Amino acid sequence: MKNARDPVIVGLADAPIEDGKFVTKASVLGHAALVAKAAVEEAGLTLDDVDGLLTAGMWGVPGPGQLATVTLGEYLGIMPTYVDGTNIGGSAFEAHVAHAAMALREGYCEVALIVYSSDQKSLRSRNLGGRPSVLSMQHETPYGMPTPVGGYAMAAQRHMHEYGSTSENLAEIAVATRKWAQLNPAATRRDPLTIDDVLSSTMISEPLHLLDCCLVTDGAGAIVMTTAERAKDLKTKPIAVKGYGEAHTHWAVAEMPDLARLLPAQKAGETAMKMAGVTHSDIDVVEVYDSFTITVLLTLEALGFCKIGEGGDFVSGQRTAPGGAFPMNTNGGGLSALHPGMYGMFLLIEASRQLRGDCGDRQVTGAETALVHGTGGTLSSGATVILQKD
Amino acid sequence: MSIEKPLPVIDHDSAPYWEAAREGRLDIPLCGDCGKHHFYPRAICPHCHSDNLKFDTVSGRGEVHTFTIARRPAGPAFADDVPYVVALIELEEGPRMMSRVQTDDPEAVKIGAKVEVTFVKATDEVTFPYFKMI
Ligand SMILES: [Zn+2]
Repeated sequence: MKNARDPVIVGLADAPIEDGKFVTKASVLGHAALVAKAAVEEAGLTLDDVDGLLTAGMWGVPGPGQLATVTLGEYLGIMPTYVDGTNIGGSAFEAHVAHAAMALREGYCEVALIVYSSDQKSLRSRNLGGRPSVLSMQHETPYGMPTPVGGYAMAAQRHMHEYGSTSENLAEIAVATRKWAQLNPAATRRDPLTIDDVLSSTMISEPLHLLDCCLVTDGAGAIVMTTAERAKDLKTKPIAVKGYGEAHTHWAVAEMPDLARLLPAQKAGETAMKMAGVTHSDIDVVEVYDSFTITVLLTLEALGFCKIGEGGDFVSGQRTAPGGAFPMNTNGGGLSALHPGMYGMFLLIEASRQLRGDCGDRQVTGAETALVHGTGGTLSSGATVILQKD
Repeated sequence: MSIEKPLPVIDHDSAPYWEAAREGRLDIPLCGDCGKHHFYPRAICPHCHSDNLKFDTVSGRGEVHTFTIARRPAGPAFADDVPYVVALIELEEGPRMMSRVQTDDPEAVKIGAKVEVTFVKATDEVTFPYFKMI
Protein backbone atom coordinates (compact mmCIF):
# COMPACT_ATOMS: atom_id res chain seq x y z
CA MET A 1 0.00 0.00 0.00
CA LYS A 2 1.42 3.34 -1.04
CA ASN A 3 1.20 6.52 0.96
CA ALA A 4 1.90 10.11 -0.12
CA ARG A 5 4.48 10.50 2.65
CA ASP A 6 6.40 7.29 1.92
CA PRO A 7 10.15 8.08 2.05
CA VAL A 8 12.15 8.01 -1.18
CA ILE A 9 15.72 8.79 -2.25
CA VAL A 10 15.81 11.44 -4.99
CA GLY A 11 19.35 12.80 -5.03
CA LEU A 12 22.84 11.25 -5.00
CA ALA A 13 26.33 12.64 -5.35
CA ASP A 14 29.89 11.62 -4.56
CA ALA A 15 33.17 13.48 -4.91
CA PRO A 16 35.74 12.46 -7.52
CA ILE A 17 38.92 10.94 -6.11
CA GLU A 18 42.16 9.97 -7.80
CA ASP A 19 44.74 7.66 -6.21
CA GLY A 20 42.46 7.80 -3.19
CA LYS A 21 42.66 11.58 -2.83
CA PHE A 22 40.17 14.34 -3.56
CA VAL A 23 40.68 15.89 -6.99
CA THR A 24 39.12 19.26 -6.09
CA LYS A 25 40.91 21.57 -3.69
CA ALA A 26 38.57 22.23 -0.77
CA SER A 27 38.45 21.62 2.97
CA VAL A 28 36.67 18.60 4.40
CA LEU A 29 33.59 20.80 4.91
CA GLY A 30 34.04 22.19 1.42
CA HIS A 31 33.73 18.70 -0.01
CA ALA A 32 30.67 18.08 2.15
CA ALA A 33 29.11 21.24 0.73
CA LEU A 34 29.99 20.40 -2.88
CA VAL A 35 28.40 16.94 -2.75
CA ALA A 36 25.39 18.33 -0.84
CA LYS A 37 24.81 20.93 -3.56
CA ALA A 38 25.28 18.37 -6.34
CA ALA A 39 22.83 15.91 -4.74
CA VAL A 40 20.02 18.45 -4.25
CA GLU A 41 20.54 19.91 -7.73
CA GLU A 42 20.42 16.45 -9.31
CA ALA A 43 16.92 16.12 -7.85
CA GLY A 44 15.91 19.56 -9.10
CA LEU A 45 15.99 21.06 -5.61
CA THR A 46 18.21 23.69 -3.99
CA LEU A 47 19.92 23.78 -0.61
CA ASP A 48 17.22 26.25 0.49
CA ASP A 49 14.67 23.42 0.18
CA VAL A 50 16.56 21.34 2.77
CA ASP A 51 14.91 21.33 6.21
CA GLY A 52 16.39 18.06 7.50
CA LEU A 53 20.15 17.69 7.93
CA LEU A 54 21.89 14.47 8.96
CA THR A 55 25.61 13.90 9.18
CA ALA A 56 28.35 11.96 10.94
CA GLY A 57 32.10 12.24 10.57
CA MET A 58 35.47 12.32 12.22
CA TRP A 59 36.48 15.87 11.27
CA GLY A 60 36.98 18.77 13.63
CA VAL A 61 37.21 16.82 16.89
CA PRO A 62 37.86 18.23 19.43
CA GLY A 63 36.26 21.42 18.12
CA PRO A 64 33.52 22.22 15.64
CA GLY A 65 33.03 18.57 14.69
CA GLN A 66 31.63 17.87 18.16
CA LEU A 67 28.45 19.59 16.99
CA ALA A 68 28.64 18.26 13.47
CA THR A 69 25.16 19.10 12.16
CA VAL A 70 25.41 22.61 13.63
CA THR A 71 28.76 23.29 11.99
CA LEU A 72 27.69 21.79 8.67
CA GLY A 73 24.39 23.73 8.67
CA GLU A 74 26.36 26.92 9.29
CA TYR A 75 28.79 26.14 6.45
CA LEU A 76 25.91 25.43 4.06
CA GLY A 77 24.07 28.60 5.13
CA ILE A 78 20.84 26.82 6.01
CA MET A 79 18.62 26.62 9.12
CA PRO A 80 17.47 22.99 9.40
CA THR A 81 14.50 22.23 11.64
CA TYR A 82 15.18 18.48 11.87
CA VAL A 83 18.71 17.22 12.49
CA ASP A 84 20.35 13.93 13.36
CA GLY A 85 24.03 13.56 14.21
CA THR A 86 23.79 9.89 15.14
CA ASN A 87 27.29 8.49 15.02
CA ILE A 88 27.49 4.72 15.39
CA GLY A 89 30.54 4.44 13.11
CA GLY A 90 30.49 3.48 9.45
CA SER A 91 26.87 2.34 9.61
CA ALA A 92 25.67 5.80 10.68
CA PHE A 93 24.31 6.67 7.24
CA GLU A 94 22.09 3.59 7.05
CA ALA A 95 20.69 4.71 10.43
CA HIS A 96 20.31 8.24 9.04
CA VAL A 97 18.18 6.91 6.17
CA ALA A 98 15.98 5.18 8.75
CA HIS A 99 15.69 8.27 10.92
CA ALA A 100 15.01 10.56 7.95
CA ALA A 101 12.36 8.11 6.72
CA MET A 102 10.57 8.35 10.07
CA ALA A 103 10.81 12.15 10.12
CA LEU A 104 9.42 12.33 6.56
CA ARG A 105 6.52 10.01 7.36
CA GLU A 106 5.76 12.01 10.48
CA GLY A 107 5.72 15.29 8.54
CA TYR A 108 8.61 16.58 10.63
CA CYS A 109 10.62 17.45 7.52
CA GLU A 110 10.12 17.62 3.75
CA VAL A 111 13.61 17.37 2.29
CA ALA A 112 16.31 15.51 4.20
CA LEU A 113 19.98 15.78 3.27
CA ILE A 114 22.46 13.15 4.51
CA VAL A 115 26.12 14.14 4.09
CA TYR A 116 29.54 12.62 4.74
CA SER A 117 33.04 13.88 4.04
CA SER A 118 36.53 12.75 5.00
CA ASP A 119 39.97 13.87 3.84
CA GLN A 120 41.85 11.30 5.94
CA LYS A 121 44.08 10.22 3.05
CA SER A 122 45.12 13.73 2.04
CA LEU A 123 45.74 14.68 5.67
CA ARG A 124 47.32 11.33 6.56
CA SER A 125 45.14 11.68 9.63
CA ARG A 126 43.76 8.18 10.01
CA ASN A 127 44.65 7.25 13.52
CA LEU A 128 42.02 5.01 15.00
CA GLY A 129 44.82 3.39 17.00
CA GLY A 130 44.99 6.31 19.36
CA ARG A 131 41.82 5.56 21.26
CA PRO A 132 42.54 7.39 24.50
CA SER A 133 42.93 5.03 27.41
CA VAL A 134 39.89 6.29 29.34
CA LEU A 135 36.68 4.64 30.58
CA SER A 136 36.20 1.24 28.89
CA MET A 137 39.29 1.80 26.72
CA GLN A 138 41.58 1.88 29.79
CA HIS A 139 41.12 -1.91 29.72
CA GLU A 140 42.03 -2.31 26.02
CA THR A 141 44.32 0.42 24.67
CA PRO A 142 47.29 -0.35 26.97
CA TYR A 143 47.54 -3.92 25.63
CA GLY A 144 48.37 -2.73 22.13
CA MET A 145 45.72 -4.40 20.01
CA PRO A 146 46.17 -2.91 16.52
CA THR A 147 43.00 -0.93 15.86
CA PRO A 148 40.75 -1.42 14.17
CA VAL A 149 42.20 -4.51 12.47
CA GLY A 150 42.97 -6.45 15.68
CA GLY A 151 39.33 -6.78 16.73
CA TYR A 152 38.39 -8.09 13.29
CA ALA A 153 41.36 -10.47 13.40
CA MET A 154 40.12 -11.83 16.74
CA ALA A 155 36.67 -12.36 15.23
CA ALA A 156 38.18 -14.10 12.19
CA GLN A 157 40.32 -16.33 14.42
CA ARG A 158 37.24 -17.34 16.40
CA HIS A 159 35.16 -17.95 13.26
CA MET A 160 37.90 -20.17 11.84
CA HIS A 161 38.09 -22.05 15.15
CA GLU A 162 34.35 -22.62 15.50
CA TYR A 163 33.36 -23.20 11.88
CA GLY A 164 36.52 -24.12 10.00
CA SER A 165 36.44 -21.15 7.64
CA THR A 166 39.79 -20.42 6.02
CA SER A 167 42.00 -17.59 4.79
CA GLU A 168 41.17 -18.79 1.26
CA ASN A 169 37.46 -18.18 1.96
CA LEU A 170 38.27 -14.61 3.01
CA ALA A 171 40.50 -14.09 -0.01
CA GLU A 172 37.60 -15.10 -2.30
CA ILE A 173 35.78 -11.99 -1.08
CA ALA A 174 38.71 -9.65 -1.78
CA VAL A 175 39.18 -11.11 -5.27
CA ALA A 176 35.48 -11.00 -6.22
CA THR A 177 35.23 -7.42 -5.01
CA ARG A 178 38.27 -6.43 -7.08
CA LYS A 179 36.57 -7.84 -10.19
CA TRP A 180 33.67 -5.42 -9.60
CA ALA A 181 36.15 -2.57 -9.13
CA GLN A 182 37.63 -3.39 -12.53
CA LEU A 183 34.21 -2.57 -14.02
CA ASN A 184 34.00 0.76 -12.15
CA PRO A 185 36.12 3.57 -13.62
CA ALA A 186 35.87 5.49 -10.33
CA ALA A 187 37.34 2.67 -8.22
CA THR A 188 40.78 3.25 -6.69
CA ARG A 189 42.29 -0.23 -7.12
CA ARG A 190 41.59 -1.84 -10.47
CA ASP A 191 44.65 -4.02 -11.11
CA PRO A 192 44.01 -7.78 -11.29
CA LEU A 193 44.05 -9.69 -8.01
CA THR A 194 44.29 -13.43 -7.30
CA ILE A 195 43.64 -15.50 -4.20
CA ASP A 196 47.38 -16.19 -4.00
CA ASP A 197 48.07 -12.43 -4.07
CA VAL A 198 45.84 -12.00 -1.02
CA LEU A 199 47.33 -14.95 0.86
CA SER A 200 50.90 -13.84 0.17
CA SER A 201 50.33 -10.19 1.09
CA THR A 202 51.87 -8.93 4.33
CA MET A 203 50.39 -10.38 7.50
CA ILE A 204 49.08 -7.45 9.54
CA SER A 205 47.24 -8.97 12.48
CA GLU A 206 46.85 -12.73 12.25
CA PRO A 207 44.94 -14.17 10.46
CA LEU A 208 44.26 -10.99 8.41
CA HIS A 209 46.60 -10.00 5.58
CA LEU A 210 47.06 -6.56 4.09
CA LEU A 211 44.68 -7.43 1.23
CA ASP A 212 41.98 -8.52 3.70
CA CYS A 213 41.87 -4.86 4.78
CA CYS A 214 39.99 -1.98 3.20
CA LEU A 215 41.65 0.94 1.48
CA VAL A 216 42.39 4.24 3.19
CA THR A 217 41.10 7.04 0.96
CA ASP A 218 39.36 10.41 0.98
CA GLY A 219 35.69 10.51 0.06
CA ALA A 220 32.50 12.53 0.26
CA GLY A 221 28.93 11.60 -0.53
CA ALA A 222 25.41 12.93 -0.14
CA ILE A 223 21.89 11.55 -0.35
CA VAL A 224 18.65 13.54 -0.60
CA MET A 225 15.37 12.07 0.62
CA THR A 226 11.84 13.36 0.39
CA THR A 227 8.28 12.04 0.25
CA ALA A 228 6.81 10.04 -2.64
CA GLU A 229 4.40 12.90 -3.29
CA ARG A 230 7.08 15.60 -3.47
CA ALA A 231 9.21 13.33 -5.66
CA LYS A 232 6.58 13.40 -8.43
CA ASP A 233 7.72 16.92 -9.42
CA LEU A 234 11.45 16.18 -9.23
CA LYS A 235 13.98 15.27 -11.91
CA THR A 236 15.14 11.80 -10.83
CA LYS A 237 13.54 8.36 -10.61
CA PRO A 238 12.74 7.95 -6.91
CA ILE A 239 14.08 4.94 -5.02
CA ALA A 240 11.74 3.78 -2.26
CA VAL A 241 13.01 3.15 1.28
CA LYS A 242 10.97 0.06 2.14
CA GLY A 243 12.49 -1.11 5.39
CA TYR A 244 15.17 -0.38 7.95
CA GLY A 245 16.62 -1.64 11.21
CA GLU A 246 19.55 -0.93 13.49
CA ALA A 247 21.27 -2.30 16.61
CA HIS A 248 24.54 -2.15 18.50
CA THR A 249 26.14 -4.30 21.16
CA HIS A 250 29.59 -3.09 22.30
CA TRP A 251 32.52 -0.74 21.73
CA ALA A 252 35.24 -2.54 23.69
CA VAL A 253 36.20 -5.71 21.80
CA ALA A 254 36.14 -7.81 24.98
CA GLU A 255 32.46 -6.86 25.33
CA MET A 256 31.44 -8.32 21.95
CA PRO A 257 28.81 -10.89 22.98
CA ASP A 258 29.84 -13.51 20.40
CA LEU A 259 33.07 -13.09 18.46
CA ALA A 260 31.93 -15.38 15.64
CA ARG A 261 28.42 -13.98 15.15
CA LEU A 262 27.35 -10.48 14.21
CA LEU A 263 24.32 -9.94 16.42
CA PRO A 264 23.60 -6.32 15.37
CA ALA A 265 23.36 -7.39 11.72
CA GLN A 266 21.05 -10.25 12.63
CA LYS A 267 18.73 -7.93 14.54
CA ALA A 268 18.84 -5.04 12.06
CA GLY A 269 18.41 -7.32 9.07
CA GLU A 270 15.39 -9.13 10.51
CA THR A 271 13.70 -5.83 11.40
CA ALA A 272 14.35 -4.27 7.99
CA MET A 273 13.25 -7.27 5.92
CA LYS A 274 10.11 -7.75 7.97
CA MET A 275 9.20 -4.07 7.58
CA ALA A 276 9.81 -4.23 3.83
CA GLY A 277 7.89 -7.50 3.52
CA VAL A 278 10.69 -9.12 1.53
CA THR A 279 12.55 -12.41 1.81
CA HIS A 280 16.11 -13.26 0.80
CA SER A 281 15.02 -14.46 -2.64
CA ASP A 282 13.54 -11.01 -3.38
CA ILE A 283 16.95 -9.30 -3.06
CA ASP A 284 18.64 -8.67 -6.42
CA VAL A 285 21.75 -6.82 -5.27
CA VAL A 286 23.53 -6.68 -1.93
CA GLU A 287 25.83 -3.92 -0.69
CA VAL A 288 27.44 -4.78 2.65
CA TYR A 289 30.20 -3.13 4.62
CA ASP A 290 33.62 -4.55 3.82
CA SER A 291 36.06 -2.88 6.19
CA PHE A 292 37.74 -6.29 6.22
CA THR A 293 36.96 -9.51 4.37
CA ILE A 294 35.78 -11.12 7.63
CA THR A 295 33.20 -8.32 8.04
CA VAL A 296 31.49 -9.56 4.87
CA LEU A 297 31.52 -13.21 5.91
CA LEU A 298 30.00 -12.45 9.32
CA THR A 299 27.44 -10.08 7.79
CA LEU A 300 26.18 -12.51 5.14
CA GLU A 301 25.68 -15.17 7.82
CA ALA A 302 23.99 -12.81 10.26
CA LEU A 303 21.65 -11.45 7.59
CA GLY A 304 20.59 -15.01 6.87
CA PHE A 305 21.82 -15.36 3.29
CA CYS A 306 23.43 -18.57 4.51
CA LYS A 307 23.54 -20.47 7.78
CA ILE A 308 25.83 -19.34 10.61
CA GLY A 309 29.22 -20.92 9.94
CA GLU A 310 28.57 -21.54 6.23
CA GLY A 311 29.77 -18.16 4.95
CA GLY A 312 33.02 -19.65 3.71
CA ASP A 313 31.21 -22.04 1.37
CA PHE A 314 28.75 -19.33 0.40
CA VAL A 315 31.44 -17.00 -1.02
CA SER A 316 33.56 -19.79 -2.57
CA GLY A 317 33.95 -20.16 -6.32
CA GLN A 318 33.62 -16.39 -6.84
CA ARG A 319 29.86 -16.47 -6.24
CA THR A 320 29.86 -12.75 -5.35
CA ALA A 321 31.87 -11.65 -8.42
CA PRO A 322 30.41 -10.14 -11.62
CA GLY A 323 28.41 -12.90 -13.34
CA GLY A 324 28.15 -14.87 -10.07
CA ALA A 325 24.92 -15.98 -8.43
CA PHE A 326 25.12 -13.33 -5.71
CA PRO A 327 26.01 -9.81 -6.95
CA MET A 328 27.58 -7.99 -4.01
CA ASN A 329 29.59 -4.81 -3.44
CA THR A 330 29.22 -3.91 -7.08
CA ASN A 331 31.26 -0.68 -7.01
CA GLY A 332 34.34 -2.51 -5.76
CA GLY A 333 33.56 -1.91 -2.10
CA GLY A 334 35.72 -0.54 0.66
CA LEU A 335 38.28 -3.16 -0.30
CA SER A 336 38.92 -1.81 -3.81
CA ALA A 337 36.83 1.32 -4.60
CA LEU A 338 37.21 3.70 -1.65
CA HIS A 339 37.13 3.76 2.16
CA PRO A 340 37.24 7.18 3.77
CA GLY A 341 36.78 5.80 7.31
CA MET A 342 32.98 5.66 7.48
CA TYR A 343 32.07 3.81 4.31
CA GLY A 344 28.31 3.27 4.77
CA MET A 345 27.38 6.34 2.69
CA PHE A 346 28.81 4.72 -0.44
CA LEU A 347 26.89 1.46 0.05
CA LEU A 348 23.67 3.49 -0.18
CA ILE A 349 24.80 5.49 -3.20
CA GLU A 350 25.83 2.35 -5.11
CA ALA A 351 22.62 0.47 -4.26
CA SER A 352 20.51 3.44 -5.39
CA ARG A 353 22.47 3.74 -8.65
CA GLN A 354 21.99 0.03 -9.30
CA LEU A 355 18.23 0.43 -8.82
CA ARG A 356 18.21 3.46 -11.12
CA GLY A 357 20.01 1.35 -13.72
CA ASP A 358 22.88 3.86 -13.94
CA CYS A 359 25.81 1.51 -13.39
CA GLY A 360 27.12 0.93 -16.93
CA ASP A 361 29.44 -2.09 -17.22
CA ARG A 362 28.75 -3.17 -13.66
CA GLN A 363 24.96 -2.87 -13.87
CA VAL A 364 23.18 -5.85 -12.33
CA THR A 365 20.48 -6.81 -14.85
CA GLY A 366 16.96 -6.46 -13.55
CA ALA A 367 17.95 -5.02 -10.16
CA GLU A 368 14.68 -4.05 -8.46
CA THR A 369 15.34 -4.65 -4.77
CA ALA A 370 18.58 -3.98 -2.91
CA LEU A 371 19.75 -4.74 0.60
CA VAL A 372 22.29 -2.36 2.18
CA HIS A 373 24.00 -3.18 5.45
CA GLY A 374 26.47 -0.95 7.25
CA THR A 375 28.76 -1.99 10.09
CA GLY A 376 30.40 0.45 12.48
CA GLY A 377 32.97 0.52 15.26
CA THR A 378 34.63 -2.86 15.74
CA LEU A 379 31.72 -5.04 14.58
CA SER A 380 29.84 -2.87 17.10
CA SER A 381 26.84 -1.51 15.25
CA GLY A 382 24.75 -2.58 12.30
CA ALA A 383 22.07 -0.87 10.25
CA THR A 384 20.14 -2.34 7.33
CA VAL A 385 18.14 -0.56 4.64
CA ILE A 386 15.95 -2.21 1.99
CA LEU A 387 15.62 -0.13 -1.16
CA GLN A 388 13.29 -0.72 -4.10
CA LYS A 389 12.77 0.69 -7.55
CA ASP A 390 9.57 2.72 -7.12
CA MET B 1 64.39 6.72 22.74
CA SER B 2 61.24 4.69 23.04
CA ILE B 3 57.79 6.23 23.03
CA GLU B 4 55.86 5.70 26.23
CA LYS B 5 53.02 3.23 26.13
CA PRO B 6 49.50 4.38 26.95
CA LEU B 7 48.57 3.97 30.60
CA PRO B 8 45.04 3.58 31.93
CA VAL B 9 43.29 6.73 33.12
CA ILE B 10 42.02 5.27 36.39
CA ASP B 11 38.54 6.34 37.55
CA HIS B 12 36.25 5.62 40.50
CA ASP B 13 34.84 2.47 38.86
CA SER B 14 38.25 0.99 38.14
CA ALA B 15 40.40 2.17 41.07
CA PRO B 16 39.94 -0.96 43.25
CA TYR B 17 40.78 -3.20 40.27
CA TRP B 18 44.03 -1.37 39.50
CA GLU B 19 44.92 -1.14 43.18
CA ALA B 20 44.54 -4.92 43.54
CA ALA B 21 46.64 -5.51 40.42
CA ARG B 22 49.38 -3.39 42.00
CA GLU B 23 49.22 -5.75 44.99
CA GLY B 24 49.31 -8.88 42.80
CA ARG B 25 45.60 -9.79 42.92
CA LEU B 26 42.99 -10.01 40.19
CA ASP B 27 39.90 -8.41 41.74
CA ILE B 28 36.77 -7.99 39.64
CA PRO B 29 33.18 -7.06 40.56
CA LEU B 30 30.80 -9.76 41.82
CA CYS B 31 27.05 -9.12 41.93
CA GLY B 32 25.35 -9.79 45.27
CA ASP B 33 22.00 -10.30 43.53
CA CYS B 34 22.58 -12.48 40.45
CA GLY B 35 25.86 -13.97 41.66
CA LYS B 36 27.72 -13.25 38.41
CA HIS B 37 31.09 -11.60 37.97
CA HIS B 38 31.61 -8.92 35.37
CA PHE B 39 34.47 -7.09 33.71
CA TYR B 40 35.25 -4.20 33.11
CA PRO B 41 34.18 -2.80 36.48
CA ARG B 42 30.93 -0.81 36.45
CA ALA B 43 28.66 0.87 39.00
CA ILE B 44 25.79 -1.47 38.10
CA CYS B 45 25.79 -5.14 37.10
CA PRO B 46 25.49 -5.49 33.29
CA HIS B 47 23.69 -8.83 33.76
CA CYS B 48 20.86 -7.87 36.15
CA HIS B 49 21.43 -4.10 36.67
CA SER B 50 21.78 -4.42 40.43
CA ASP B 51 24.09 -1.99 42.23
CA ASN B 52 24.78 -4.53 44.97
CA LEU B 53 28.38 -5.15 43.89
CA LYS B 54 31.67 -5.89 45.60
CA PHE B 55 35.15 -6.62 44.35
CA ASP B 56 36.07 -10.30 44.57
CA THR B 57 39.51 -11.86 44.23
CA VAL B 58 39.26 -14.41 41.41
CA SER B 59 41.44 -17.37 40.48
CA GLY B 60 43.45 -15.67 37.75
CA ARG B 61 42.97 -18.79 35.63
CA GLY B 62 41.18 -18.97 32.32
CA GLU B 63 41.61 -19.77 28.67
CA VAL B 64 42.39 -18.01 25.43
CA HIS B 65 38.98 -17.24 23.90
CA THR B 66 40.52 -15.66 20.83
CA PHE B 67 43.71 -13.78 19.96
CA THR B 68 45.73 -12.13 17.27
CA ILE B 69 49.45 -12.02 16.66
CA ALA B 70 50.23 -8.37 15.96
CA ARG B 71 52.75 -8.34 13.11
CA ARG B 72 52.38 -4.56 12.87
CA PRO B 73 52.31 -2.57 16.11
CA ALA B 74 49.38 -0.54 17.40
CA GLY B 75 51.39 2.63 16.93
CA PRO B 76 55.08 3.40 17.58
CA ALA B 77 54.82 2.79 21.34
CA PHE B 78 54.42 -0.93 20.65
CA ALA B 79 56.98 -1.23 17.84
CA ASP B 80 59.60 -2.95 20.02
CA ASP B 81 57.12 -5.66 21.04
CA VAL B 82 56.35 -7.00 17.53
CA PRO B 83 55.34 -9.78 17.13
CA TYR B 84 53.14 -9.91 20.21
CA VAL B 85 49.98 -11.74 21.21
CA VAL B 86 46.91 -9.74 22.20
CA ALA B 87 44.17 -12.02 23.47
CA LEU B 88 40.72 -12.11 24.94
CA ILE B 89 41.01 -14.22 28.06
CA GLU B 90 37.88 -15.94 29.32
CA LEU B 91 38.28 -16.21 33.07
CA GLU B 92 37.13 -19.33 34.90
CA GLU B 93 34.57 -17.10 36.61
CA GLY B 94 33.02 -16.14 33.25
CA PRO B 95 33.98 -12.62 32.16
CA ARG B 96 36.33 -11.92 29.27
CA MET B 97 39.13 -9.41 29.40
CA MET B 98 41.65 -8.14 26.91
CA SER B 99 45.27 -8.76 27.79
CA ARG B 100 48.57 -10.05 26.47
CA VAL B 101 49.73 -13.65 26.38
CA GLN B 102 53.41 -13.50 27.38
CA THR B 103 55.33 -16.00 25.30
CA ASP B 104 58.55 -16.42 23.35
CA ASP B 105 56.63 -18.49 20.82
CA PRO B 106 53.54 -16.61 19.54
CA GLU B 107 52.79 -19.41 17.06
CA ALA B 108 52.19 -21.77 20.00
CA VAL B 109 49.22 -19.76 21.26
CA LYS B 110 45.93 -21.46 20.42
CA ILE B 111 42.28 -20.82 21.16
CA GLY B 112 41.39 -22.84 24.25
CA ALA B 113 44.92 -22.74 25.70
CA LYS B 114 44.85 -22.66 29.50
CA VAL B 115 46.38 -19.52 30.95
CA GLU B 116 47.13 -17.97 34.32
CA VAL B 117 47.56 -14.34 35.31
CA THR B 118 51.01 -12.80 35.77
CA PHE B 119 51.48 -9.24 36.94
CA VAL B 120 53.75 -6.89 35.01
CA LYS B 121 54.66 -3.59 36.64
CA ALA B 122 54.62 -0.62 34.26
CA THR B 123 54.94 2.31 36.70
CA ASP B 124 54.59 2.85 40.44
CA GLU B 125 50.84 3.37 39.90
CA VAL B 126 50.09 0.79 37.21
CA THR B 127 50.60 -2.96 37.10
CA PHE B 128 49.06 -4.87 34.20
CA PRO B 129 47.54 -8.34 34.47
CA TYR B 130 49.12 -10.30 31.60
CA PHE B 131 48.64 -14.04 31.09
CA LYS B 132 50.95 -17.03 30.57
CA MET B 133 50.12 -20.42 29.14
CA ILE B 134 50.18 -23.24 31.70
ZN1 LIG C 1 23.81 -8.99 38.72
